[in-house]
Amino acid sequence: MTETDIIPIICDLLGPYNLESKALAAETDIPAELNIDSVGVLDFIMEVEDHFDIEIPMNVVSETRTVGDLARYVAAQKNKA
Amino acid sequence: MVDLLEKHRAIADRFQRMIDMGVNALGVTNDQMISPTRAIVGGREIILAGTNNYMGITFEPRVIAAGKKALDEFGTGTTGSRIANGSFAMHKELEHSLAKFLGLKHCIVFTTGYQANLGMLSGLAGPKDTIYLDADSHSSIYDGCTLSGAKLVRFRHNDAADLDKRMARDDTEGGRLVVLEGIYSMLGDRAPLADFVALKKKHDFQLLVDDAHSFGVLGPNGRGLGDEAGLEDGVDFVIGTFSKSIGAIGGFGAGNHPLFDTLRYAMRPYMFTASASPASVATSIAALDVLEKEPERRQRLWDNSQRLFDGLRALGLETGTHIVSPVIAVKMPDELTTIAKWNALFEAGVYVNMAVPPGTPNRLCLLRCSVSAAHSFDDIDRIVEIFKKVVAN
Ligand SMILES: Cc1ncc(COP(=O)(O)O)c(C=O)c1O
Repeated sequence: MTETDIIPIICDLLGPYNLESKALAAETDIPAELNIDSVGVLDFIMEVEDHFDIEIPMNVVSETRTVGDLARYVAAQKNKA
Repeated sequence: MVDLLEKHRAIADRFQRMIDMGVNALGVTNDQMISPTRAIVGGREIILAGTNNYMGITFEPRVIAAGKKALDEFGTGTTGSRIANGSFAMHKELEHSLAKFLGLKHCIVFTTGYQANLGMLSGLAGPKDTIYLDADSHSSIYDGCTLSGAKLVRFRHNDAADLDKRMARDDTEGGRLVVLEGIYSMLGDRAPLADFVALKKKHDFQLLVDDAHSFGVLGPNGRGLGDEAGLEDGVDFVIGTFSKSIGAIGGFGAGNHPLFDTLRYAMRPYMFTASASPASVATSIAALDVLEKEPERRQRLWDNSQRLFDGLRALGLETGTHIVSPVIAVKMPDELTTIAKWNALFEAGVYVNMAVPPGTPNRLCLLRCSVSAAHSFDDIDRIVEIFKKVVAN
């Protein structure tokens, strides 16, 4: 699974959190551009964990701010397994 | 220059919008306290229904006398931490009394409950360990987790099957700590302790329960969630605060582990802050004694909680949980309605807590009530009546 495969899935998972229906791309900064608060981001990350059956510890959440960052992290975890 | 405070502009705007709608719900000033359930605010007498003063013990004459005596005999402050300045005899007495009350071997007291979580979590878990925390955990748990440097994995609220799944994903070799709360502070629901303790058969971990809102409140002896569930042996560490059922200020951590006392030299929020003041410690000791001698306070709290719970639900209001609890949160549709209804309640003479995201789970907006043993049935009926008039209309 590559980042390119993962990005659209992440965008889908972001749907319920994207209250202002902003356009999503790899560069989208999830908390800042979508105006999601700290708890909302953690809830969203849980959805990503469950969808891909991987672990994304809270500690790395601050390093995976954009859709692209997150896709890269997910790809690395999936390919590790 | 990047102005450091500019990042808080959005908070300032949100706050201003609230103030424009009436009173600052987050900064009410009690000019005078008349009793555990009454204050004078802006010249008016208000019924307090959001104090966490579960046992209504803050004006108990025996407790006040103990505080005055401590002020006279030990002075106003300790002026330093226990490892630098030494302990006062009463710090040790409080630890001893609490350990005895809890039926545990060891207890360490902290200056606040917040610091108890910071200290215990960072003392127990380190960078090689993993902390599994419930998604609805209090901010002090989140902050303690961050301070620990441990790997942090959040599981779905009250969902042991979800924790099981997350533990199965993890392959770390360090220790594992699972953190639950007795009564969750916002919605008033409780952790299903049996489900979590049962997981110990499948995974290796140590279990910590923050009984901040359940110490003195849950269980036949008021010892908290483990006491209520009959599963105290399954709980490795208990955390609590003196700011709620004890009516003072301070916190504690307790457990049976033979190395427990070593934590005193490993917890920065214990080592690098002044120890609790003599008046706080003495009132905590006295309040604990009152709690032990007067279990009827606990009964009164539950009778009052049942009455408020039934009363609010009979109005068709949706509460945070289906099970009666001294924390009764009424769900509101959005932030503006919450602010408006909070103002209307306050205007009508009742103080509750206004709780909005991100301080709440699932982006909920809440009018949060907490019940006291010191409320009379008349008080409870009055609170329900006012909710009927201004919220349920
Ligand atoms: C669950 C929980 N833990 C810890 C604390 C912190 O306690 P304190 O206010 O005594 O610092 C609180 C309350 O504020 C709480 O609700």
